[in-house]
Amino acid sequence: MVNWSQHLPVLQVIIPMLCAPLVALLQPRSFAWFAATATSLFAFVIAIMITTGVFAGQDYSYNMGSWPAPYGIELGVDAFSAILLLIVTGASALALLAGRSSLDTDIETDRQPFFYAAWLLALAGMSGILVSADAFNIFVFMEISALASYVLVASGGDRRALPAVFKYLIMGTIGATFYLIGIGLIYLMTGTLNLADMELRIHEVADQKPILVAAGFITIGLALKAAVFPLHMWLPNTYTYAPTIVTVFLAACSTKVSLYLLLRFDFFVFQPNLVNHDIQFSYYLMPLAVLAILIASAVALFEQNLKRMLAYSSVAQIGYIMLGASLVSLTGLTAGIVHMFNHALAKGTLFLAVACLATRIPEFRLSDVSGAARDMPWTMGAFVVGGLSLIGIPGTAGFISKWYLISAALGEGIIGIALVAVIVVSSLMALAYIWRVIEIAYFRTPKNSAVTLREAPPVLLAATWTAALANIYFGLVPSLPVSLSSSAAETLMRHVP
Amino acid sequence: MLMELLRLYHYWVFAMLLMIGFYAVVAKPNLIKKLIGLSLFQAAVFLLYITMGKVDGGTAPIFQPGLVNQVFSNPLPQVLILTAIVVGISTMALGLGIVVRIKEEYGSTEEDVIQEINRRW
Repeated sequence: MVNWSQHLPVLQVIIPMLCAPLVALLQPRSFAWFAATATSLFAFVIAIMITTGVFAGQDYSYNMGSWPAPYGIELGVDAFSAILLLIVTGASALALLAGRSSLDTDIETDRQPFFYAAWLLALAGMSGILVSADAFNIFVFMEISALASYVLVASGGDRRALPAVFKYLIMGTIGATFYLIGIGLIYLMTGTLNLADMELRIHEVADQKPILVAAGFITIGLALKAAVFPLHMWLPNTYTYAPTIVTVFLAACSTKVSLYLLLRFDFFVFQPNLVNHDIQFSYYLMPLAVLAILIASAVALFEQNLKRMLAYSSVAQIGYIMLGASLVSLTGLTAGIVHMFNHALAKGTLFLAVACLATRIPEFRLSDVSGAARDMPWTMGAFVVGGLSLIGIPGTAGFISKWYLISAALGEGIIGIALVAVIVVSSLMALAYIWRVIEIAYFRTPKNSAVTLREAPPVLLAATWTAALANIYFGLVPSLPVSLSSSAAETLMRHVP
Repeated sequence: MLMELLRLYHYWVFAMLLMIGFYAVVAKPNLIKKLIGLSLFQAAVFLLYITMGKVDGGTAPIFQPGLVNQVFSNPLPQVLILTAIVVGISTMALGLGIVVRIKEEYGSTEEDVIQEINRRW
């Protein structure tokens, strides 16, 4: 009798990976969509099973091909990977379920099977980063997901996506190569690629300088991939010109997977071994996080394009996650990780609402949506819910992470009070930029008031409202993300001396 | 001191190649030249890995009957870098594919020309 639950980590990756070439071969395009969505839903079910297993305390370490751990490739899932797996597979399933009509207009019919294959490869790559415990294996998965994401972004009809994706490719490759240099230096000093083994062996290294250099390369490389300010230059145009459903998927997961890896690497390998690394970590990343929050929010405030405004808001939200992590405390990390979950919900809802608008309105300048709420009340209603969650109004998911973030900051004395001020100011800025959209959509007369826009297709609308209601649900009953995040934070903090 | 630095010449090659590639990526406005730079940048890292596997007096790690006290080079970095080369080739193929599409749409492979066209559009 095969014990299936033991194999879940590897199934999480190989099912989408093996389905990808099959989907590419399916010729009638509706089959391709159907197969990709079914695979994605199945991956989501596996992620839920893994999460329940994590709650039940099951040990998910898995030796690929039965080669024992430091020599073979080890997979492992803990609470931190589980919450990210939920985000990635959930966002992928919801975006695909919602996106059929939107993708039909954005992607040429005969290219659709390849598009869905690339989507599944991106999903497999991201899941692979989350389940793998081997540094080089993670690099390969990172490149799989990155290459597939470039294809996804470039697959729309908008030619401005091409220079954007070229920039994304250059910066993404530089980030991944920096990561490769980092693990090369660690391998040079320790002779191992397994993360858990690295943690032990770095301890035995006499000269720590190469490890410090490796920490620098890995942090910068992953910060580049995670769009941590000021390395976010690839993000705004990529999100703006990608097909909107792709933006939903990428905005919800891709940067968060890189942040996950940044935190996991730093806390598992460097924190326990490098002298004063926790202080270096906060001194370098906290100012960047504060700048990200303030500057990106301010840019969003003056941005005229709806999608780019939300993209800059994402840069600011990545700042929140980094701010929580840079406190290097239990509450801080909990706040950062729970914000990964809540921001995925809020930004997913907002971009899904934008996808609803996109089915009726061709361009995304703010003036184009004027009066849209008159004809598309449900779409704009979901946008408002997502916006409230982004701002952090009580009763929405965003409030939970802001609450944890503020209580973590207050534990830090004088600096903490300044950080709280930063959080409050940027929340007000978020209020202002979301309000601009609401004001234009609700209170301005439509440009062309003779034409009545139809409401978005029902399936897309239903998915958007599912995401919107999830924002409210996880705002009122936050036990799932909070318990996963706090247990993830405990695991990470256990490695800090 | 000088001899000590020269003895580590493979690290110098790595660092210089890395920086030449990086310079081309950052400074050249032509997209193809940027990709050439990116390729050099990755090749430098391949060299870092390949040189680290060499052991003084080591040969190819193949077990043969009658071989005693033989020192072998470490094969693992080479295997790793074989994978990384494949990744590099796919990145390059995709990058060049995007450049072809950019040339079709914008009629140029110069970054500033493309930016100018986007601004006017």
